Amino acid sequence: MSLPRLRAAASFTKKGAAAPPRKKLKVPRLFIFLCLSPWLFGIIFFTAYPMVSSFYQSFTKFNLIESPKWVGLDNFHRMFFEDDDFWKALKNTIWISAISIPLRITFAIFTAWVLTKPKRGSSIYRTIFFLPSMVPAVAGTMAFTYIFNPAYGPVNKMLEAIGIKEPPFWFLDPQWSKWGLILLGLWGIGDTMIIFLAGLLDVPKSLYEAAELEGASGWQSFRYITLPMMTPVIFFSGVTGVIGSFQYFTQAYVASGQVNDYSHSMYFYATHIYFSAFKAYEMGYASALAWVLLVITLLCTLVILKTQKRWVHYPNGSLFK
Amino acid sequence: MSIYASEKLAEIDEQSRKARRSKKWNNLLHMVGNHSVLIALSAIFILPLYLVIVISLMNKGQAETRSLWPHPFVWHNYLEVFTAVPFLKWTLNTLFVSVVGTIGTVVSSVPPAYVLSRLQWKGRQTTFLVILSTMMLPGQVTMIPVYIIFSKLHWIPSFLPLIVPSFFASAFSIFLLRQFFTSIPDEISDAARIDGCSEFKLMMRIIVPLAKPAISAIALFAFLGSWNDFFGPLLYIVENENLWTLGIGLNAFQGLHHVNTNMMMTASALFMAPVIIIFFFSQKVFIEGVTLTGVKG
Repeated sequence: MSLPRLRAAASFTKKGAAAPPRKKLKVPRLFIFLCLSPWLFGIIFFTAYPMVSSFYQSFTKFNLIESPKWVGLDNFHRMFFEDDDFWKALKNTIWISAISIPLRITFAIFTAWVLTKPKRGSSIYRTIFFLPSMVPAVAGTMAFTYIFNPAYGPVNKMLEAIGIKEPPFWFLDPQWSKWGLILLGLWGIGDTMIIFLAGLLDVPKSLYEAAELEGASGWQSFRYITLPMMTPVIFFSGVTGVIGSFQYFTQAYVASGQVNDYSHSMYFYATHIYFSAFKAYEMGYASALAWVLLVITLLCTLVILKTQKRWVHYPNGSLFK
Repeated sequence: MSIYASEKLAEIDEQSRKARRSKKWNNLLHMVGNHSVLIALSAIFILPLYLVIVISLMNKGQAETRSLWPHPFVWHNYLEVFTAVPFLKWTLNTLFVSVVGTIGTVVSSVPPAYVLSRLQWKGRQTTFLVILSTMMLPGQVTMIPVYIIFSKLHWIPSFLPLIVPSFFASAFSIFLLRQFFTSIPDEISDAARIDGCSEFKLMMRIIVPLAKPAISAIALFAFLGSWNDFFGPLLYIVENENLWTLGIGLNAFQGLHHVNTNMMMTASALFMAPVIIIFFFSQKVFIEGVTLTGVKG
């Protein structure tokens, strides 16, 4: 049946003066159950059971071959008091989150904001800005470790050409390797930028016009109109940024493989879980690490959620009441 | 008096002309300013891609000299990469996993999204909340028991752990589809139901065709998600070289024999190419999908 005919039919039943009282539809229970069944199966076998199981395993010693042995809180004790790698990974993760999340948000606002400026041609720029976020993480990381290589990568040559005398060794220098990863992340800002762009285009034009009439400067209208209107998006990016940075793995793993990261400067929380589980085969300990990760992410999200009333402005009411 | 008035008018006229001219001048300045910022940013975003392509066309000696233009152009690199490493096999493996995974995601995510948005039933809101919260759940929490399930099924190493889960719906796709389905007016469904259309037919014949943009968006996200995936293959197929995907192969590149390091850039360029081509053809779908949900798959 074609859509126009359906629309006509719909409007007919609506308009008809003597329209029959809307028959209460029987809920097709079987249909609902069948439709949900793939998801239900998935959530039971790939989410619910694994969560219970890994929670139990976090209190055991388990190497995949022998059956899990209950050890109480030993794994957690080991994590906080004996495992230097845990602290190293945690520090690296907090360091990179603290720097890259604000930097990413600022850069995303900036790129989105300049995209709203020109009257014509902004779609070309938008395409170019967005493109790098599509690049597979492995390929992007390989490219960055190559072009930022101090010996044969052209980036440092360019930096020297613009007057930077001793450019950093980037991925080869433990002091600078994280900055390499941060730049790699900023290069792939596209998806965050698009969300900000959509937010910017939603700001009513009348607000800016009013500000102009009042004689507000460009900076003032950015500070007092654009920024407050963007706070829900900033809030959203903050939450997803925290969740994402505790799961940051591929880029760091590939980059440290490329440059032999002996000092573990690119060893992050998710890397530590991976090595504990699949290199050392300490499944119990890795499960404990994963549960601590869950608790940390929940706490960070909670803190952002609790403080949102103070700085997030919802024009149409809050999403999270 | 009248002379005075006309002089005054002329003066005002002159002023406004000046103002208009300066406004025009200002606009031009603004335009030049905006475009130069945008062009500079574009150059920065393009630079790494440009460097990958030029290095991929250099010979080994030149690739290690930090030069910015190939001399000579070694087009041969793009053939050699297929013979030096099993690049074709990696590509086909990646393609297989991505295509089957995409089909699985679409087939299994449409029905749950449909009942969550187009039908009223008890527990609907709760189910939706559960789906939302699984989206936020870090994969590390479930990763180890899932790995154990697959290893007990003797599915490691094989493609099965990479493709089977996609047939059990993805929370993200359900969420995106639901957002779109909700925007379709209810009258359409009511009319079809009055005509005696079954619920299944209504979903497949009426709602699904209307939701083509959203379905293409989730298909695209699912495809790119598995094409770019590294962690899944790292867990499940590393042990068998015949199953390697592009990501795994590329990461192991340096350790492989008979490969020049600069060919890494050739392989990377080939790995990026399909994604970039797909993007150019589906930009609209893609950007709509991102803005509909606020996240990338």
